[in-house]
Amino acid sequence: MRLEPKKKLMDDMGIKRAITRIAHEIIERNKGVENVALIGIRRRGGPLAQRLAERIEEIEGIKIPVGILDITLYRDDLTTLAAQPQLHRTEVFFNINDMNVVLVDDVLFTGRTVRAALDALIDIGRPRCIQLAVLVDRGHRELPIKADYVGKNVPTSHTEVISVLVSEIDGKDEVVIQDILKE
Amino acid sequence: MSKEGGKTVKLEQRKDLLGLRDVSREEIEMILSTATPMKDILKRDIKKVPTLRGKAMVTVFYENSTRTRTSFEIAGKYLSADTVNLAVSTSSVAKGESLRDTVKTIEAMGFDLMVIRHGMSGTPSYVARNTNMRIINAGDGANEHPTQALLDLYSIKEAKGSLEDLKVVIVGDILHSRVARSNIYGLSKFGCEIRVVGPATLMPPEIEKLGVKAYNNLDQALRGADVINVLRIQRERQVAGLFPSLDEYSNLYMLSPERLKNAREDVLVLHPGPMNRGVEISSALADSTTAVVNEQVTNGVAVRMALLFLMMGGSKDEITY
Repeated sequence: MRLEPKKKLMDDMGIKRAITRIAHEIIERNKGVENVALIGIRRRGGPLAQRLAERIEEIEGIKIPVGILDITLYRDDLTTLAAQPQLHRTEVFFNINDMNVVLVDDVLFTGRTVRAALDALIDIGRPRCIQLAVLVDRGHRELPIKADYVGKNVPTSHTEVISVLVSEIDGKDEVVIQDILKE
Repeated sequence: MSKEGGKTVKLEQRKDLLGLRDVSREEIEMILSTATPMKDILKRDIKKVPTLRGKAMVTVFYENSTRTRTSFEIAGKYLSADTVNLAVSTSSVAKGESLRDTVKTIEAMGFDLMVIRHGMSGTPSYVARNTNMRIINAGDGANEHPTQALLDLYSIKEAKGSLEDLKVVIVGDILHSRVARSNIYGLSKFGCEIRVVGPATLMPPEIEKLGVKAYNNLDQALRGADVINVLRIQRERQVAGLFPSLDEYSNLYMLSPERLKNAREDVLVLHPGPMNRGVEISSALADSTTAVVNEQVTNGVAVRMALLFLMMGGSKDEITY
């Protein structure tokens, strides 16, 4: 199996504009950011949450808490995996009780990652509400989960893969769609 | 990963953890790095994750234990595995049931993993060959006690930042100590200079073949030490009169604040517990190291959670039997 690049969906400017828009939407929806915290889902949700926080600070002049959530221990597919995924720390070093927590991830697909993230969050506190922000929503939900903030809606088929690249991890900002080629 | 029979073995493909001798440096690093997020869970209000839901483990201890057994049990519970302790002294073992029959009975109840401690070296290995359950050795005779060494390694790494090239001194009854052996196997994979020190009668004759330096003089052995691991004098194993008296032992080998002056100023003192105050460690030093020793206990739970997650969490299809 290999991946054949098909189309670039977003470049660095496109990602930047989407982040800016989502930042405004988060501020608007929560009527300010007094009580808002951003928590990125490892790995690429982490840098995206950080960028959203920076944009919000530029707009509102308020520094909001940012955390990183590792959902490995909450996955529903562990017993089917041959090798255990590397476990990392959950870095939420503030109290999430009564906060409006915005979960941040790169791609929303089946919804299973978000389901795991919801369980993981509730084990570390009791937020007032949890919202979901994603850079790309590619459809094909397997659970009743919906994003509150979406950078770009992309209709896809199951034989396609969406790759979000972020400069903090991948050296560049880009969203590409690829075909899975069976050989 | 390590080579077993020419094949590369990953930790999660291992059926058993019998000792650190055959475990690779990469596998040890994987366990230690997994233990840190596990330790975070211990500090939360809700000390439970659903990861091992539906898995069952049993602890079977033919020798006494407080911390190791309780530590395994609570590690399993924090990960949502069902954990049962077989109380050997009140079980059918007392009626004369053979070890193999006991193991087969336990296996028939559907347990996925067994933690076993036994006074005879090699018992966990024998059990592992006769069951499909995963086996973790919690101490066998004078052979190995891998999870104690793993938590020692974790505690050292936590305090020193790295395990690389440290001078580590192991003091006490090296002859009977499975903790010493597992520590030697583990530490030597990180390039540590390992020194063992104790009375000649408690020093195995060919110990230096394991790549360690043997000393009979404590002050010499402590020179420049980064870490000192003080072994418990196991009174239950001192049947043959291997040293004249506890007093003589403590005169020569008891670690005290004065003797520590030979080591580095930032030396880390570890003790696997329970401590015999006034025998292998002075009361004053015991008081000042209690915090570290208790941290070792906490680390023991985290390391065992890491191990249980790595060994029980995944698919069984890829196990290398």
